[in-house]
Amino acid sequence: MAGSAKGAPSAAPPGFRVRRELMDAERLSRALARIAHQIVERRRDAEGLVLVGVRTRGVPLARRLAVLVAEAGAPPPPVGALDITLYRDDLTTVAPQPVLRRTEIPGSIDGRTVVLVDDVLYTGRTIRAALDEIIDFGRPARIKLAVLVDRGHRELPICPDYVGQTITTTRDESVQVLVQEDDGADRVLLLEKAPEARPRRPVKKKRGRRA
Amino acid sequence: MSGYPHRHLLGIENLQPSEIVAVLDTAEGLREILDRPLKKVPALRGKTVVNLFYEPSTRTRASFEVAEKVLSADSLSIAAAASSVQKGETLLDTAKNLEAMNPDMIVLRHSAAGAAHFLARHCRAAIVNAGDGAHEHPTQALLDALTLRQRKGRLEGLRVAIVGDLLHSRVARSNVWLLSKMGAKVVLCAPPTLVPPGIDALAPVTHRIDEAVEGADAVMMLRIQRERMTGAFYPSDREYHVRFGLTEARVKRAKKDVLILHPGPMNRGVEIASEVADGPYSVILDQVTNGVAVRMAVLLLLLGAGGES
Repeated sequence: MAGSAKGAPSAAPPGFRVRRELMDAERLSRALARIAHQIVERRRDAEGLVLVGVRTRGVPLARRLAVLVAEAGAPPPPVGALDITLYRDDLTTVAPQPVLRRTEIPGSIDGRTVVLVDDVLYTGRTIRAALDEIIDFGRPARIKLAVLVDRGHRELPICPDYVGQTITTTRDESVQVLVQEDDGADRVLLLEKAPEARPRRPVKKKRGRRA
Repeated sequence: MSGYPHRHLLGIENLQPSEIVAVLDTAEGLREILDRPLKKVPALRGKTVVNLFYEPSTRTRASFEVAEKVLSADSLSIAAAASSVQKGETLLDTAKNLEAMNPDMIVLRHSAAGAAHFLARHCRAAIVNAGDGAHEHPTQALLDALTLRQRKGRLEGLRVAIVGDLLHSRVARSNVWLLSKMGAKVVLCAPPTLVPPGIDALAPVTHRIDEAVEGADAVMMLRIQRERMTGAFYPSDREYHVRFGLTEARVKRAKKDVLILHPGPMNRGVEIASEVADGPYSVILDQVTNGVAVRMAVLLLLLGAGGES
């Protein structure tokens, strides 16, 4: 059920093509609603809550979670945005990075519960950078992690507290989260590396090694 | 980082508009760090930057140093006046010796045009031109552009008057290049004795400040560079002020929301009246803050990933 033909914004990044759709708009919003309810149920997290989205797709997800948390009966939490580029462990070694964007932390985070929000949890290195950056802004009572998709392959001892969906992937696959705010539609796609010669899509052979 | 495919920053003249935008956007993202409770990020840990200054400087040097410290680079500053330059060491020898200590970047201010280009040909380190003679001062033009863009929301279509000692000004040259590349309309103004030959090929020149300021979105004042003057270019400071100084009456000829810029240091009462320098339309201190942000952006783009071509 490769949904790539819908004309909707599913354009895979260069070198990748869509393998299958993991979430449509409805499943995505149900996943977020569930996370919001779980946050509200843990009263300790819901009080003094600050949601901080990791740029770029974590930010619209954090904004939506804030609305859902308020709808679920907790006080509406402030929302921040984190650009972790300057805290990356590969900043000076890896190929071009996207243009740096502003980090915005809404007021003091001292003594509060910060829930970091990101779209996909993979190696954990982004979250390591985000933790270091957050801690430079103050001393929260606790930091939690909410992700829409956990795709495994952790390289650091990092574990999410709130997860929309856990999936098994191979390392040469990729998970792409599209959101209405930035991409014009809500979708989560599993991508796979396209064969070297691009025009040869039909020649795809079934390979047993994909999970 | 994307968008800036060069190894050095030697001048504005050979930059593409998209590369200028990349520096400005990066600076915009970095500026917020200066307002944090902990004004430091680990981005350039373990990188070494040498600030090599052959000419006096307060703002430029301080702002490079602040930018380096905020980004966690290790930096050392060498002022020629207190170094072996006084013992007759050449620029190349000084640079080669510093380079033997393996710096990742050299920030150079020198009185000779082309000094930074010369170092770029002979050194492995990334070179940033912090002013070379009367040639270019690219980070100043970038910080001026950032200030204008923040206040006006755009550069394209802005009418900008650059007034003062054009002959000795590297700031003017870098700004003319940058602003024209970005689609602003530049008018230059100076007494005939302070207009360098050929500059009218870059932008129209007038000798009447009232004409230059008329309808301007921004006025950039240039300092009278007495230390570079070898002859009598104008009769007296008083007369210069009367003919070419920016006074409140003259500011009124510009647009209501005009911005007044000055790269500093100011000669109050000569090129700019104190009431104007301290007036509500003056963005001179914004320029200083933006100077740190722009220099952080340059450091990051040159020393972060993708800085090498």
